[in-house]
Amino acid sequence: MTLQFNDETFRDDYSFHNSERAIKRFPFPFDKDSYMYVVNMEQHRGGPSDSIYEMRFDVDEHYVSEMRDRAMVLADDPLRCQSLPHMTLAGWDLLELIMVSKSEDYPDLFQLHRDGDKWHWINKPLGIDDHFTFMDETTLPYGPMEYITRQTQGDFCVLDQRDDNLWMDAGTITTQADWSLDFDIGMNFFEWHAPVPLAHEKGIFVRALKFLLNIQQGAPARRLNWTMTVNPLLDTSPENYHKWGIQKTSLTPENIGAKQHLRVELQTFFRLPRSNALVFPIRCYLCAFQDIVSVPKWGRRLHRVIRDLPEELATYKGFIDNRPMMLDYLSKFDDGQDTSNGIWPELDSEPPLKT
Amino acid sequence: MSGAEKIAVRVTEVTPLNDLVTRFRFEPVDGGLLPTFSGGAHTVVEMQDGAITRLNPYSLMSDPFDQSAYTISVRRDDEGRGGSLFMHKSVSVGDEMVISNPVNLFSLDLRAKKHLMIAGGIGITPFLAQIKQLDRAHGNWELHYACRSQALGSYVDYLTDTHPNDVNVYYDDQDQAIDLENLTDRQPLGTHIYVCGPKGMINWVRAKSTDLGWPREAIHYEEFLAPQPGKPFEVKLAVSNKVIQVGEQESLLEAIERAGVDAPYLCRGGACGMCETRVIDYTGNFIHRDHWLEDDEHASGEKIMPCVSRFEGKTLVLDR
Ligand code: HEM
Ligand code: FES
Repeated sequence: MTLQFNDETFRDDYSFHNSERAIKRFPFPFDKDSYMYVVNMEQHRGGPSDSIYEMRFDVDEHYVSEMRDRAMVLADDPLRCQSLPHMTLAGWDLLELIMVSKSEDYPDLFQLHRDGDKWHWINKPLGIDDHFTFMDETTLPYGPMEYITRQTQGDFCVLDQRDDNLWMDAGTITTQADWSLDFDIGMNFFEWHAPVPLAHEKGIFVRALKFLLNIQQGAPARRLNWTMTVNPLLDTSPENYHKWGIQKTSLTPENIGAKQHLRVELQTFFRLPRSNALVFPIRCYLCAFQDIVSVPKWGRRLHRVIRDLPEELATYKGFIDNRPMMLDYLSKFDDGQDTSNGIWPELDSEPPLKT
Repeated sequence: MSGAEKIAVRVTEVTPLNDLVTRFRFEPVDGGLLPTFSGGAHTVVEMQDGAITRLNPYSLMSDPFDQSAYTISVRRDDEGRGGSLFMHKSVSVGDEMVISNPVNLFSLDLRAKKHLMIAGGIGITPFLAQIKQLDRAHGNWELHYACRSQALGSYVDYLTDTHPNDVNVYYDDQDQAIDLENLTDRQPLGTHIYVCGPKGMINWVRAKSTDLGWPREAIHYEEFLAPQPGKPFEVKLAVSNKVIQVGEQESLLEAIERAGVDAPYLCRGGACGMCETRVIDYTGNFIHRDHWLEDDEHASGEKIMPCVSRFEGKTLVLDR
């Protein structure tokens, strides 16, 4: 299917929007009517056709506009992209992984020609056509990690693996759910997860780390995470909290369907071969409540999940104050009928909303 | 099976180096490219030895950037379970074999200002790949390599020819020994120590450098515990509801796999933690041989690492 790229914004006038197709392939994160933290990891080896799981790095209609937004964030705040000196090799690993994956998965959009270490990269949607020498930083306009992550949707944490832990020693983080690379840089897995409630006590991080340390070349993994965002903002960073935090108070019963977005992160994990580092892409998908409830199963389920979510989680995710208004809105889309297991929309089999 | 896809390779060279060590070269059967890897990585080689499948880890010693072929060196172990004997006696040029994707449990700390490498015998192999990686990045390293004798000093000539200033060789039969105290004393701040060799050597380097005040995270070691043979025993797998026999020549993990039960694993050497299995019931004694579980976990009788550990006694029931 050919992709039409939206011309849209994630700030000021918020012209971001999802097409019918984008709504159908939205990664709704709840496989049942309730939610709690678990070690929800599975292999990342493709998925249903045109789903966000199909390709190693999903490219969708928001690609070009998201990359424009990233460039603006980086221009304002260069510390959103950092790489400690020992992480350059991992940056080349990441560049290679993305260029090879995208050129194989989307040959119409991306092409990579390699002749030894002389590489030629063509990125048609962004109008890039560059020749460079692999492993020679002087032949690229940025370091390898920054170069390729300016051309790839989602945030990227590049973790060094040593001493039985992972260390956040590099990353490009411009679309984050209220955490800061500049604050977390150099931290280990337990340190950067310290603010998360309940999960430590459940032993989730100890087990998750064991799993991550063992991720092998050629065997990537993935999981979904989610939170809530008012207005389709990609950049909900602590650095800019003064700009977006206040917008949470702008919700009204009239505008909530359009303004309140479910924010879902597709998180994947790849072992990087030359450096033995791990890369953790965090791909953010936004969907307005009014679009979510157009899928009957999702409307029913979202109401139940938000209603029953433990207070600690609603507080940590930053929507405890708006929860009553969300529930007023969502309850109109929950007729009490059963929902099927799994995250998929099931438009053909799930009954329409009873009114 | 758990884990990544396997790689089908053809043996394209078998090169005896001395009485004990032979080098094998693997090229991909499909004519494509092998994955790159990081210095210190190993591959698990599958051997079809009659009815038994053997899986032995060997360090990759070729240039990590060379995607046309991998090389490993295998030291013949006449006492062991037979994997190395199989490689020496039954593998020849043209054979097809299956190997795993590279896995690195002995990786370089790329923050190090200097890499101080200490090798014993066949423990030289991961360093050969690490040296190639470091040379490409103009890294600072120094190797101290202990061998039994000149005749058994695999790759000594190659190393001293290519890096005369960075390589120091010690022959046991000439009573030459590494002077660890002196050696570590004159290293610059930010040096990391890497040791690979027999268990005794690893323990010595770890203990001595800790005594000398080196931080734990600056000391890296790799020791493959070749799965040791032992007495046969019987195991009940509770989840899959099977009773299996573990023969003296196979590991518990291999016996579980032979019964058609998909059990997780990664290193198959007691190091990675992946195969950790819960014990539901037992009467008898565990023979724990892993590096993963803590001492109190070993004593608890609640967990076993089936890739290297065994059991002697009447009943063993596992959560598999
Ligand atoms: C190496 C890969 C990972 C990185 C870099 C990473 C990073 C982060 C960061 C920066 C946060 C925000 C913490 C804050 O509030 O400041 C977070 C939250 C969290 N992480 Fe991870 N994480 C990783 C893997 C995992 C895995 C494998 C799990 C598995 C269960 C996990 C579970 C969580 C949970 C439950 C939260 C709270 C999220 C929420 O409720 O919105 N993380 N992670
Ligand atoms: S497979 Fe690694 S500890 Fe058993």
